[in-house]
Amino acid sequence: MTAPALTATPVSPAPLPSAPVTPAAPIVRGANLSKAFGATPALRDLSVEVRAGEIRALVGRNGAGKSTLVSLLTGMLEPDSGAIQFSGEPAPAPRARELWQSKVACVYQHPKIIPTLSCAENLFLSQTMRTRKLLSWRKMRREARALLERWGLQVDVDTPAGALGVAERQLLEIARAMIQGSRLLILDEPTAKLNAKEIERLFVKMAALRSMGVGILFISHHLDEIFDIADSVTVLRDGRKVLDGLIHGLDRAELIDAMVGPTSTPTLRSTAATTTHTMTTAHMTSARMTTAATSDRSHSAVRLDIRHLSCQGLFEDVSFKVKARECVGLAGLTGSGKEAIGEVLAGLKDFDSGTICLDEVELPGGDVAKHNRAGIGFVPEDRHREGLVLDLSVAENATMTIAGRLGRFGFIHPQTLASVSTRLIDRLGIKISTPDQPVSTLSGGNQQKVVLARALARDPRALVLINPTSGVDVASKAALFASIREVASQGAAVLIISDELEELELCDRVLVIRSHRLTREFLPPFAARDLIAEMEAKMQRGVAA
Amino acid sequence: MSERTMPATAGQLWKGLRLRLSAFALVPAIALLIAIGASTNEAFLLPANWLTILQQSSILALLVLAESLVLISGKFDLSLESTVGLAPMLGGWLVSATAIGGSGLSLNPYLAIVVTLLLGLAVGAFNGLLIVRLKLNAFIVTLSMLILLRGITLGITSGKTLYDLPPEFTYLGSAVWLKVPASIWICALFFGLAWFLMRYHRYGRALYAIGGNAEAARAAGIRVERVSFAVFVVASLLASLAGLLLSGRLGAVTAQQGSNLIFTTFAAAVIGGISLNGGKGSLAGALAGVLLLGIVTNILTLSQIASFWIDATFGAIILIAQIFARLAGGERSQL
Repeated sequence: MTAPALTATPVSPAPLPSAPVTPAAPIVRGANLSKAFGATPALRDLSVEVRAGEIRALVGRNGAGKSTLVSLLTGMLEPDSGAIQFSGEPAPAPRARELWQSKVACVYQHPKIIPTLSCAENLFLSQTMRTRKLLSWRKMRREARALLERWGLQVDVDTPAGALGVAERQLLEIARAMIQGSRLLILDEPTAKLNAKEIERLFVKMAALRSMGVGILFISHHLDEIFDIADSVTVLRDGRKVLDGLIHGLDRAELIDAMVGPTSTPTLRSTAATTTHTMTTAHMTSARMTTAATSDRSHSAVRLDIRHLSCQGLFEDVSFKVKARECVGLAGLTGSGKEAIGEVLAGLKDFDSGTICLDEVELPGGDVAKHNRAGIGFVPEDRHREGLVLDLSVAENATMTIAGRLGRFGFIHPQTLASVSTRLIDRLGIKISTPDQPVSTLSGGNQQKVVLARALARDPRALVLINPTSGVDVASKAALFASIREVASQGAAVLIISDELEELELCDRVLVIRSHRLTREFLPPFAARDLIAEMEAKMQRGVAA
Repeated sequence: MSERTMPATAGQLWKGLRLRLSAFALVPAIALLIAIGASTNEAFLLPANWLTILQQSSILALLVLAESLVLISGKFDLSLESTVGLAPMLGGWLVSATAIGGSGLSLNPYLAIVVTLLLGLAVGAFNGLLIVRLKLNAFIVTLSMLILLRGITLGITSGKTLYDLPPEFTYLGSAVWLKVPASIWICALFFGLAWFLMRYHRYGRALYAIGGNAEAARAAGIRVERVSFAVFVVASLLASLAGLLLSGRLGAVTAQQGSNLIFTTFAAAVIGGISLNGGKGSLAGALAGVLLLGIVTNILTLSQIASFWIDATFGAIILIAQIFARLAGGERSQL
């Protein structure tokens, strides 16, 4: 660890050199960028720029070319044609990683930290690798401590980075990225795994960086966030730029139109029934059926009856009922215990006291197979970790919960597998070329549909979902919502555990869990602000940088 | 899962502390064993006995060092034990007369030492080529190499033992410097050097980074392939040195030299806290693992328990160590 390597690269970039010459060259300008993978064009003649002190949102459905653009701007890929300039100077040579790192800092969707190394080492890893001197642990710890303090990260610098929570890990990554002294920060879906309070804290940091003259390219699927924090927006569709402009004066409809494309006549979600052009006729019908079903829901039977359920350290004395055809939302911050309730219902976790009854039959707790057979379908929080076996085919993943029904004595009959899985795939409108395709080759939205298919394979009487549409594009979101509503309309009790307002607004009612207890029930229409206020009540708000 | 977004808490501090303590986790176990050894046999605490323990452990220590480097970088090398046999066998074969199963080439013994080490280098480079460049599975590649190299060792000499090796060739393994066997000095030197480099040099930290998350390491500017390749070369080189020391001590090379040593090597590394998942563990811990096994062997030998029981004891110790580690250390790493 050399002294210059650390001290010459301040955490917060100094103010812009001299008064900005008007017009200052943008921090980054990509001009007429094109990139194809084989015969498939990923980006076509795309130009984009980010100026000092600008937060530019980069929006587009999955596969629109966002990731390719990020790879080009970070020097991980070379454009087929077009040029990239940083502050008016041509981009470094492709292999000069060090130079790229001094120009652009990127925090990827999947953490690029070394979980086994300490926070301090993670922060200064690049520097350590560059210096010929021996590592001074004491100095590294000291500088790391100062750095984390400045970023408002209250963790011990010796903690292994893998032990950090998502939000802290992200701040660590941002802090690390900014050490290199770059003036451009790319954040690839940074909010996907954060709760409302953590997002607020992130936005405070982003605003602080903006005021220091850093340009930020911010990728998000959440339109609300874009309107909250971004100054300008670039919308990509099929590798092309379809919209580029200031957020001010733009409305959601325009933005969604741009993302979804001209062939569609998207109806903005203003009521509970979400419809976009991608929805099939079946989906449309179901949406209408839902509305019809609403009237007799009051007479329908209680399917899921939870009484005084407690689980040490996770939630206390939780009681609620979900009727047939009803869609109940469960909202709360991460750590409130809401995910644990879902996991207990699915049988992943055992509970300490209380009862769970499904159609008046008590469930044992702590036994996934029994809960599943009793009629609980479950969509876990993290599809990559708990939802899917990525290397197995779509068909196998979709039928995983009912493998026993696909043949005798545990043998799986190929034709039964094919017919059952095809039915599920069609039902959810999963876009694939063949059911034998590995799930890993699908887009995030389609992967999530496979997870839902798996949950629906046994025709569950109660469906429990945790963040069912996190990290998927707008069109897939709509399709997933519609499928979920359809399941409810066919008589299932649905519980959506979520921190996404878009999902909660669709529910017939929303329960809020705060500090491990249910606190309040909201009936639509409710103001999102009130819901968030209830979730965050008495919690400390995000601290300014 | 549910605890992942907890703010900086006592829990995290404890986790961090525990990580640092893990290097010393074996100290109480070793102290206990020393107490048991001292109370069961008067000879146990004699300096001569300790030199025996250390000398017998020195070969294993070099192998554990080699394996730990590979494991920390997130890979595997099973072939080390066969390199322990083949490298000195080749050297010995080149210097020995045909009458005792050698080649009759009577190569200069110093040159034979160089050949021995070069063979280690070549084996490591070949492993590295297959695993790092061709991206073959490390387990299968090094398992094949283990079988292949052992087969070559047997083939060269038709299974015979080479003895009457020239004194130059056996010097390092048999010499005594300052009343302490040279192999102990050599082993201590390498361990000390490696410990220092692993902790303070960028290449050492790069090994930890690669084993922890190779993608992130690459993003930090580490030349992942180059470093991984080098680790295999260094490991096999250390294994050939271990082989040279072993045949020096025995004054002979048997066709089975090093056979089954890989199990003990893994055992010592794992007991010492080197993670099989890569990225974790310290060489100090690995050395403690070696010492622990060395002391156990010594106690069993001194108490004249049939040597046939030593393997069973090792197996039991490894299991017990793992169970303790889980009970004391909590969950597995989360990523």
